[in-house]
Amino acid sequence: MDAVAVGNLSKSFGKGTAHRDALKNISLEIPAGSMTALIGPDGAGKTTLLRLLAGILTPSAGAIRVLDHPLPKEALALQRQIGYMPQRFGLYEDLTVEENLSLFADLHSIPHEKREHRFAGLLTMTALGPFRKRLAGQLSGGMKQKLGLACTLIHPPELLLLDEASVGVDPISRRELWSIIQQQVAGQKVTVLLSTAYMDEAERCDHVILLHEGEILAQGNPAQLAASFEGRAFVLENVPTAPRNLQAQIAQLPGVVDTVIQGDGLRIVMQQAEPPALPQKLTLYGTPKPVPARLEDAFVSLLFSRTTRHPIPLPPQRDIAGDDTAVVAVKDLFRYFGAFAAVKNVSFSVRKGEIFGLLGANGAGKSTTFRMLCGLLPSSSGTLRVAGVDLRTAPAAARARIGYVSQKFSLYGALSVQQNLSFFSAAYGLENPRKQDRMAWALEELELKDYAKMNAGELPLGYKQRLALACALMHEPSILFLDEPTSGVDPLARREFWARVNALAESGVTCLVTTHFMEEAEYCDHLLLMSLGEVLAQGTPSEIKAKARSKAHPTPSMEDAFISLIEEHEQASRRAS
Amino acid sequence: MRPILHRILALTVKELLALLRDAASRAVLIGPPIIQMLVFGYAATFDLKHVPFAVYNQDRGRLSRDFIARFEGSPSFSLLRVVHNQNELGQAIDDKSVLMAMDIGPTFTSDIERGRTTHVQLILDGRDSNTAALAMGYAQSIVTTFNQTQISIQGGTLPSTVLLDRAWFNPNLDSRWFIVPGICGILTLLVSMLTTGLSVAREREMGTFDQLLVTPLHPTEILLGKSLPGFIVGFAEGSFIILVSVFWFHVPFTGSVLGLYLGLFCFLLATVGIGLMMSSLAVTQQQGLLGVFLFMVPAIVLSGFATPIANMPQIVQYITLLDPLRYFLIVLRGSFLEGAGVSLFWPQYWPLAVIGVVSMIVAGRLFRRRLS
Repeated sequence: MDAVAVGNLSKSFGKGTAHRDALKNISLEIPAGSMTALIGPDGAGKTTLLRLLAGILTPSAGAIRVLDHPLPKEALALQRQIGYMPQRFGLYEDLTVEENLSLFADLHSIPHEKREHRFAGLLTMTALGPFRKRLAGQLSGGMKQKLGLACTLIHPPELLLLDEASVGVDPISRRELWSIIQQQVAGQKVTVLLSTAYMDEAERCDHVILLHEGEILAQGNPAQLAASFEGRAFVLENVPTAPRNLQAQIAQLPGVVDTVIQGDGLRIVMQQAEPPALPQKLTLYGTPKPVPARLEDAFVSLLFSRTTRHPIPLPPQRDIAGDDTAVVAVKDLFRYFGAFAAVKNVSFSVRKGEIFGLLGANGAGKSTTFRMLCGLLPSSSGTLRVAGVDLRTAPAAARARIGYVSQKFSLYGALSVQQNLSFFSAAYGLENPRKQDRMAWALEELELKDYAKMNAGELPLGYKQRLALACALMHEPSILFLDEPTSGVDPLARREFWARVNALAESGVTCLVTTHFMEEAEYCDHLLLMSLGEVLAQGTPSEIKAKARSKAHPTPSMEDAFISLIEEHEQASRRAS
Repeated sequence: MRPILHRILALTVKELLALLRDAASRAVLIGPPIIQMLVFGYAATFDLKHVPFAVYNQDRGRLSRDFIARFEGSPSFSLLRVVHNQNELGQAIDDKSVLMAMDIGPTFTSDIERGRTTHVQLILDGRDSNTAALAMGYAQSIVTTFNQTQISIQGGTLPSTVLLDRAWFNPNLDSRWFIVPGICGILTLLVSMLTTGLSVAREREMGTFDQLLVTPLHPTEILLGKSLPGFIVGFAEGSFIILVSVFWFHVPFTGSVLGLYLGLFCFLLATVGIGLMMSSLAVTQQQGLLGVFLFMVPAIVLSGFATPIANMPQIVQYITLLDPLRYFLIVLRGSFLEGAGVSLFWPQYWPLAVIGVVSMIVAGRLFRRRLS
């Protein structure tokens, strides 16, 4: 039996010039007890589809049947049987974990005698038991998502709709979230439909639906989808560290669809099942070896065939020799909030032109460290030198040399693209004619020309990200801080963003980045892994992975390394206390 | 110095653009002032007009008819109904169909013609004490003129002391002249506080505040950039209402424009300063809004806008000294009605300036402490 059956469904928003088709005539079935992933670029219609299936939106045309309820007629009856977790789950931040659960139990009118048993089960499953009395607003990002999921599951649903449940969540919490979801499918026979930007999550589902501009581009079993691209993926192994220049060169070869850096290797996806023809000067790096195709290859290939791509220009190769000066130097850094030490004895340095990654679980102190580096938060003790300037004595001078792209792409939504650029260049003290030059550069280089007059708030997510980057680059900073710049961004936009970051690094801009995508950690020259406020490990991606090598995991992935190193450290410090 | 001014200007322009390009905040700046202007200008008046009243006239004589006609003819009263017994009179007051009831005894005309004192019972609805007192006052003056006429007709002696009342500054005691200039103060307070009180919180909510802090802008520059839009919007809104008062509501402007604008400047200094204080405290826009309204309501009540400060208990009168609106209302009414100029307003200017400077300094401190 199908849990969900959708026929010729369309949904459009707005009227006149603001008219937009979110879904165009789509049909699909989801068998009961299965797990299905919705993937696709931003604005493909994933959220709209989920909201339609939850009965919160009315379709413009077409028929929807969910758990045998025709929608939107029987939306109320349906909503008693489903659990829907929107992108930003509405937890009440001023209530404790337990009070949030009670509230949702009240809303679903769960009898009091059944509650205690259910709460206990959910709290054990989410490992939130010790935090029962803590305010939801004081939980870390990962814990909030787990609590949101627990609230959704409070009334055992037959169908679970999850909208990007794992965005902004660290790998450990993400793994926990997934084990909860999988338990529901395996133990309670729940049907799950989820949207995600992570291809590894989609790979774990029974069925994948690829949406693009409101249409279904492909659907099927993830392994089968990947198999149709078999023979097109290759790997160049043991290339020198930071193979960014090599990557940029190979990306421009004919027939190459996608290139991804993986530590000291380079993964290449071709249009046809034939190896890339390396030009003479690149043959010294060896011959690319064929590797099995992944779902991500299918995703990228299918979407790139639909969109026109502008290659990011290759920067002139920089002379690295004799450029060992530390652009960022941190020594014995501490930060206390009351008696709690959020950052303990952290020391590291970043060389010019490096891409430096700051990793850690939610609440590991990396955001605090990051904020101190940008001058947003004073340190309790220790030295912080950025661009050769002490942040304590000359914060304004240091700030003039850094650019900052925040998680939420902080832009002035009511101002146009041009006005945003104009304001930020003026805030950085740019005056005409340089200001004019830089604004022209930003519109040209980041392809924002067509959107110059549009309000920043109305831009598609990918363009918002570009504008945020442009605003941070107006004053040509020598250091760029990127705080989870790709959180919630689809793989295509992520690739484009990293191509730009790579180009910047190649031209000598030092980039510091935090991320929850472990594949992005592989793009960095140097990584700093933090846990419970301390530095756990630092080194190149390969060095970090080597630290986690064991008999059970002879070739750990970055995610494996991350999880095993952090869990080991957390257990050790728990024993010590 | 030039780069600093350049940056502050950029911030000011950005703030104004953000306010005016956003349909919602544009509406907040333009809609409520116009609505309130109309509501206050037309609806809020202390003058009583057409007070409905009922009469139980037991007298059949000529003079009682003349007496009632005087009430009927006055613009302040209108005769709603003539009743025929005492019960109906009480009923009319009870069901609020009339505000005043008049009971004229059977010997009214004969008493007066014989030169004897007679009584008329006036029943007022005391549930609305303010209106009842006003109606009583009007009725009193009608009775006084009636008496004078009767005395002169019958050739009696006039009372030895006669009050000759002349209201200065507002000869017809038109309460609109009193209220409309006051609205200028209230609305300028509202928009300048909304503009500055929510601006930092808005940026905190949008996440743009961090972005602002990583630029070389100094905290003081940010504060200045945030306060200038409050001044600009306050000046524009204040001037608009002054023009409407003069040209639409025809309130005479007799004082000096310079005196008024110097007062407006000092007033904005105070309101923008207080707005910035709230801004540095509020984390969300909701908190900011709450703060603005928590300030607004007592500020209006204590300002003397509707009820005279002199009537308040002594302790409350001391508290009103902290209310910027109190000073500005004096400047406004002085400029409109009294013909006062700069020289008379110094006692109002300096407290406003002190409130402004102190609140700005406190805002700056709070702002910097919040950042660390």
